[in-house]
Amino acid sequence: MSSDQILPQIRAIMEDVFDLDDLSVTSATTAEDIEEWDSLSHIRLVVAIERKFKIKFKTAEIEGLKNVGDLVDLIGVKAA
Amino acid sequence: MLIDLDWLPRPEDDFRGRVKAVEAAIGAIGDDALYERVVSLATAALDDAQLTQLARLSRRLAEAGVGGHFGRARLGVLGDGTLSLCAAPIVGSALRHGLIVEVVEGHYGAAVQEAMDRSSQLHAAGLDFALLSSDRRAMALDVAAPSAEVAEERVQAAFDRLRMIVEGLSPSLSSAVLVQTIVPPLESLFGSFDRQEPTSSFAMVDALNRRIAAWAATGKVVLVDAARLAEAVGIATWEDPAHWHASKLSFSPSLTPLYGDFVARTIAAVRGRSRKCLVLDLDNTLWGGVIGDDGVGGIVLGQNSAAGEAFVAIQRMALELRSRGVVLAVCSKNEDDAARLPFREHPEMVLSEDHIAVFQANWTDKAANLKVIAQTLNIGLDSLVLLDDNPAERLQVRGELPLVAVPEVGSDPAMYPRILAAAGYFETVSFSQEDRDRAAYYQANAQRAAALSATGNLDEYLASLEMVCSIGCVDAVSRARTSQLINKSNQFNLTTRRYSEREVEAVEKDPRKHAIQIRLTDRFGDNGIISVIIADRKAETWEIDTWLMSCRVLGRRVPEAALGHLVEAARRDGARALIGRYIPSPKNKMVVGHYKGLGFQLETEGSQGETVWRLELSGLEIPTLPMTIVDTALEAPVPAET
Repeated sequence: MSSDQILPQIRAIMEDVFDLDDLSVTSATTAEDIEEWDSLSHIRLVVAIERKFKIKFKTAEIEGLKNVGDLVDLIGVKAA
Repeated sequence: MLIDLDWLPRPEDDFRGRVKAVEAAIGAIGDDALYERVVSLATAALDDAQLTQLARLSRRLAEAGVGGHFGRARLGVLGDGTLSLCAAPIVGSALRHGLIVEVVEGHYGAAVQEAMDRSSQLHAAGLDFALLSSDRRAMALDVAAPSAEVAEERVQAAFDRLRMIVEGLSPSLSSAVLVQTIVPPLESLFGSFDRQEPTSSFAMVDALNRRIAAWAATGKVVLVDAARLAEAVGIATWEDPAHWHASKLSFSPSLTPLYGDFVARTIAAVRGRSRKCLVLDLDNTLWGGVIGDDGVGGIVLGQNSAAGEAFVAIQRMALELRSRGVVLAVCSKNEDDAARLPFREHPEMVLSEDHIAVFQANWTDKAANLKVIAQTLNIGLDSLVLLDDNPAERLQVRGELPLVAVPEVGSDPAMYPRILAAAGYFETVSFSQEDRDRAAYYQANAQRAAALSATGNLDEYLASLEMVCSIGCVDAVSRARTSQLINKSNQFNLTTRRYSEREVEAVEKDPRKHAIQIRLTDRFGDNGIISVIIADRKAETWEIDTWLMSCRVLGRRVPEAALGHLVEAARRDGARALIGRYIPSPKNKMVVGHYKGLGFQLETEGSQGETVWRLELSGLEIPTLPMTIVDTALEAPVPAET
């Protein structure tokens, strides 16, 4: 799966988890950019992504992420 | 099965949009209609995000002060670890149980302080309930004790701490504290020996759980058996050590939908909102096969096959539920006689007619029958659970009566008891002799109400179906289905005369015969061709050679529509009377009174039970029926040969 395929899916999951409409998400987006993205909703987001892509993240993998681009790359590797 | 809430149907597309639509309807529609829409929306296998969206809807409902059937509860959540992820799933799931729950979260790690401090937010919040969620890793029960004495001290200290929290909070609660049992560790220290070694973490947790259960038995607290739930899921799935280390989450966050429903159903039970009645379908639910077709000897039930044993297990489960006070009812598309036959004659039936409070076996739709059951028992539709193997029936009932619980049971009867138990419809927080007697009480009440329900307004129900009855001549297009019905129909078949497709074609072309086929559609769809009549056009009378109908449209007044056509067609043909004939077969007892019911007079009765009936056409009025009749078979009557 390429980044172009993953990013729109991430955006849809974020809209669902954060309960927001028409969210603008790019590779550079970080938790700082979205008010609803706090430490708890981050856990919910990760669980939703794991469920959607049928993958499981390691703690260290999650902690290493800087932005949505990193997340997309990680999914690309794990869901391959 | 548990994790995915398999007993609930999958949510419809664009769930978030649907939540918003209901939100927009608050204030615009009545409380009862709103209640139905909300419960219907929540009755799906929702994920964490969807439950969070529902939780927002719940807050809107609370703010708007909606009434109707909604119950209200304010719940304090406190205990060990991070509990914030649990709030929205509990609130969202509670709507499934008709409850608007508002959650007040205790501060992290401050359960004892907040419970003891009368000025804390938990005391000031006007709570009805509190949920006390504990984790062995926060109670020093996660590592082995150095001696049996120390182990006992730790268990006692942990229990005292729980009691202190409960006793501190209780004065500020209008209802109960829900106390969770403690999930034992997956990892053993000694192996199997853990269970007999009191210093092991497993044995200490076990000892504490027994103390909590004994405490709940005194009625001072209500049990939420998280340990049992975790074991049912599998502790390896329930607990994710990485989440405990990273965020102090007691259980995997992917399980919040299951946990939320588990807590919500307990609150519902305290509030008396658990289900009261299990309604059972018959064919392929209590036994394998179709009793009307297969007969008592042909149905699958009993100890001679895996499938037969599975149906016995389903009946045992139903009987066990009855003995704890759950009322049993039957709702089946069947002839009443046939439906009762296995109860009376099959040696391996576990259930008998005496166990069934209301027995609805007929051919009207299930939603109408479920209403009759609820009315007869004088309980709400939200007290019913329907166990039915047929996905189409389940869909129809859910659409018509969203308050009736209709579990998705899958395709294997062996799994029905497990799925029904997992759904937790009959959750209880107490049990008494009165409960044991409740099923018998409802049964007596049902008998009194039975006479009343018989007068229920059937025409109103039929009119609501918006039926269109199309009557046409048998022709090349309808020939195959007509012939199929002629050769297959057993129960509603007056003469059981079989004609091949070629013979049907000959009938079509014979000017001395009048052959019609009837199609019925309603707002649920097209039933196709469901009835066939062939009449012989004699000089003075029309003699009905064949009259049959598919049983799936019994009770829809199609025979009266057909009679209306026959009367009109025969009149136009110059006939003075209709002659009907009933020839008994092993399967057509259903229609023994067919002609009598339509106003025919008995002419002769043969020694084999064959009867001939006559209906005079002069002065006969055709009643108006609750359906639209489209008749194309009257248009070009062929004159009879003289």
